[in-house]
Amino acid sequence: MALSASNVSVGQTFEQVLVEDLKRTQLVMYAGSSGDYNPLHSDEPFATQVAGYPSVFAHGMLTMGMTGRVLTDALGDGRLLSYGGRFTSQVFPGDNLKGVATITSIDTVDGVPVATFSISTTNQDGVEVFSGEARGRLDS
Amino acid sequence: MAIERFPVEASHVMMFARSIGDPNPVFYDADYAAGTEVGAIPAPPTFVQSSAQFDPDYFLRPKVGEPWFGSGKEPTGIKRESSGGGGGGGGGGGLHAEQHYEYHRPLVVGDVLTATVLEGKTWEKQGRRAGKLVFSETITEYRDQNGELVVTARGVGVRTERPATSG
Repeated sequence: MALSASNVSVGQTFEQVLVEDLKRTQLVMYAGSSGDYNPLHSDEPFATQVAGYPSVFAHGMLTMGMTGRVLTDALGDGRLLSYGGRFTSQVFPGDNLKGVATITSIDTVDGVPVATFSISTTNQDGVEVFSGEARGRLDS
Repeated sequence: MAIERFPVEASHVMMFARSIGDPNPVFYDADYAAGTEVGAIPAPPTFVQSSAQFDPDYFLRPKVGEPWFGSGKEPTGIKRESSGGGGGGGGGGGLHAEQHYEYHRPLVVGDVLTATVLEGKTWEKQGRRAGKLVFSETITEYRDQNGELVVTARGVGVRTERPATSG
């Protein structure tokens, strides 16, 4: 289910709801799969009383991981050439996240069409929590 | 820091895909994956982050017989003001600021990676709420069983003077 250069255009967007009412249990699942057991993400007494945060909060990489699905669902698997970004705001339990990828250019690299995307993941208040860019290979 | 052996395994990809809420069958069903363009179960785009599981010294994993800074009877198992080790991947006093990946080919189940970590630049900024911010960059090269580069990862960590509550 790959995208073809002939049926996409600059400005086209791909959007997905990534999570609604993010649960602490999902943070535990991500800790377990990624191996990042930082108590900031699963240990309420530590996060609030020692580190001074209002509650535990999501691994930035969980947000980036959830957002990656917008790209792989749009492009097809195994077609990403690059994916990166910055964590611009924290994600807390209870948050709803939406990911949007927008095609900003379509180029031919070594004879292969490549789309560049800008990526923005926002929460229920419209605050951007992850801002990134990706490139992926298209069918000609 | 280096990781000598990071085998990309189907059950790990399954758990990782579950944890990021991705229901794509390609991550759960080897037969389905065999019929796709990649021809095998691919790793989700951010999967190499889980190489921490194969780093024997990873500081954000409790280890038998060693103190751990998370809570037990007390809010922290280590008595000190600072909230623990910090650094590139978002440690106690440090948070993850940026992450970038370059994919040289699709990473798939069955690959066996090694990882070498290079220290990158460091720089400072004055934050509005969190005080002085010290950024540090690490570059991790993931190579396959043939020594070929598969993924290059560039992470930026930030250490803050005060908790960085934002948003």
